[in-house]
Amino acid sequence: MGRRVVVWVAWLALLWPLAMAAQPLNLRDDRGMQIMLPSVPKRIVSLLPSLTESVCALDACARLVGTDRYSNWPASVVALPKLGGLDDAQIERIAALKPDVVLVAPSARVTERLEGLGLNVLVLDSRSHDDVRRSLQVLSAMLGAPEAGERVWRGIERDFAEAAARVPIAMRGRRVYFEVDTTPYAAGESSFIGQTLARLGMTNIVPAELGSFAKLNPEYVVRTQPDVIMAVDHSLRDMPRRPGWGALRALRAHRTCGFEGARYELLVRPGPRMGDAARMLADCLETLAEQR
Amino acid sequence: MDQRRRLRLSLGLGVLTLLLVVAGLAAGSEGWSLTELVRLLSGSDGATIVGQIRAPRTLGAWCVGALLGLAGAMAQGLFRNPLADPYLLGTAAGASLGVVLLLAAGAFAGSSFNLATMALLARFGLVGAAFGGALVGVLLTLALARGAQETVRLLLAGVVVGVVLSALADLVTTAVPDALRGKQVFMLGSTGFLGWGSCLALGVGLLVCVPIAWRWSRALDALTLGEDSARSLGIDLSWARVALVGAMALATGLAVSQAGLVAFVGLVSPHLVQRFAPAPHGYSVVASAAAGGALLLLADVCARSLIAPQEIPVGVLTALLGGGYLLWLLRRWRLT
Repeated sequence: MGRRVVVWVAWLALLWPLAMAAQPLNLRDDRGMQIMLPSVPKRIVSLLPSLTESVCALDACARLVGTDRYSNWPASVVALPKLGGLDDAQIERIAALKPDVVLVAPSARVTERLEGLGLNVLVLDSRSHDDVRRSLQVLSAMLGAPEAGERVWRGIERDFAEAAARVPIAMRGRRVYFEVDTTPYAAGESSFIGQTLARLGMTNIVPAELGSFAKLNPEYVVRTQPDVIMAVDHSLRDMPRRPGWGALRALRAHRTCGFEGARYELLVRPGPRMGDAARMLADCLETLAEQR
Repeated sequence: MDQRRRLRLSLGLGVLTLLLVVAGLAAGSEGWSLTELVRLLSGSDGATIVGQIRAPRTLGAWCVGALLGLAGAMAQGLFRNPLADPYLLGTAAGASLGVVLLLAAGAFAGSSFNLATMALLARFGLVGAAFGGALVGVLLTLALARGAQETVRLLLAGVVVGVVLSALADLVTTAVPDALRGKQVFMLGSTGFLGWGSCLALGVGLLVCVPIAWRWSRALDALTLGEDSARSLGIDLSWARVALVGAMALATGLAVSQAGLVAFVGLVSPHLVQRFAPAPHGYSVVASAAAGGALLLLADVCARSLIAPQEIPVGVLTALLGGGYLLWLLRRWRLT
């Protein structure tokens, strides 16, 4: 009798994961649409770098069969088929890959076409910290490990707290100008970059009412005299030559954080590496405090 | 009668320009106010904010508009075509292709340019590339249209050349994304970073182009009577064409290299001048330049003050103003 129970339990233990995998999944994406997946997807296409990173952070990198052309982290995704960008995704190649689900941003133009071809499309927004957390939850539910998303998020939170604790007192509350484009476009308080800066105890020269990414009158930057300027390295080098920008005290005193290539990419991706980005910003703020 | 209208237009443009210059100096990131301007000028910030940012931006916007207005007036006179403009002749598309190619070459060589802040030598290279591109654009159009005699053929050729050249520019920026980081800004035009360096280049351009236009304005007048009459008046048309096409390409190339693609100013300004004061070309080319300057300055003041401290791309505003004016013009043509 006892032996029989043991055999049954062994069978159950063996079959349980299979049973789980075969269970249909009911997901709700950021359009508010119900997406029914027959089982945990084995073939995933991601058309946004931050979603690619999230899938990998949830230990499902091996299930990716293709990404957009900008996804380059972790290194293993570089070798995957590149399927275009937000505006020019290659529908035929995506369909040929026969993905169980395609992950896209709300601004993607391919959503309807892909759905028309019978593919499952999950639309996930990632404009704020809350969006990133929600995406992680939806993705982890999709991958059949609902608690993994929160676990990754707690890791990000830990990094935020650790980075914030490292920001020197002399730098706290300082006003930051974070340039995302030379136009100049700035990352405002309400953007995810602004939220990270706020977590580090910094003030933003672009208030939330101007929107996430505001196209500023260049004069505004000069007049507000930010305490710290953050930008891509080469824009930073270029700034003193812009009309009137030589008067920026932060530039003169080299109170700047310049980032190049992969380091800048890390900053502008609203994904699971936001904690690393915060730590990198804290590094720079520490260096600046030592200079003073 | 005509004399008086011309005088009135000159005075009007002069007063308007002066008012706009004051508005340009007063319009800043806090909207615009004169008391703020007075406070700035008396404070220590004045030298930077007004002297380094607002003044060159105001002057630069005026110069860009003036060059485009001048190019438009020359094109409309030379091709005897009221719709000729740097845009419809492929000149602007050629100039932007030149700019994009140079920036792409720069990106390959490992340096990155910003249109407004580049060093002086690079600036001359850029103007040269834009000028070359503009020249290629207009010559291609003329070759395709087999001269400028037939309006429809000329316009069609211009549209084809414009579309093909801008497609080529797009292709380059797709292949070398670094070539044009602020691509949208370039396509929509931007006056935000015009500094004294840009003003110098633009001013020199005006000093070169206006005398050329003035010198050959008699040829433009004669052309209104037809080519044979012009020849019978003893005017050397081939030289007039070379000089005017060259000046037009230079004016457009300069404007595009400093401020990106600003639409409609070149088309609308000569029309406005003709409407208010029909005059021989000697007067109208100069007045068109003044009108173009005033028009772009107006658009620039609006661009920076309407939603301050944010900005609207200035090209969007000129397109709205110019497009609206053209629609109105078309309606009037149908009615009369």
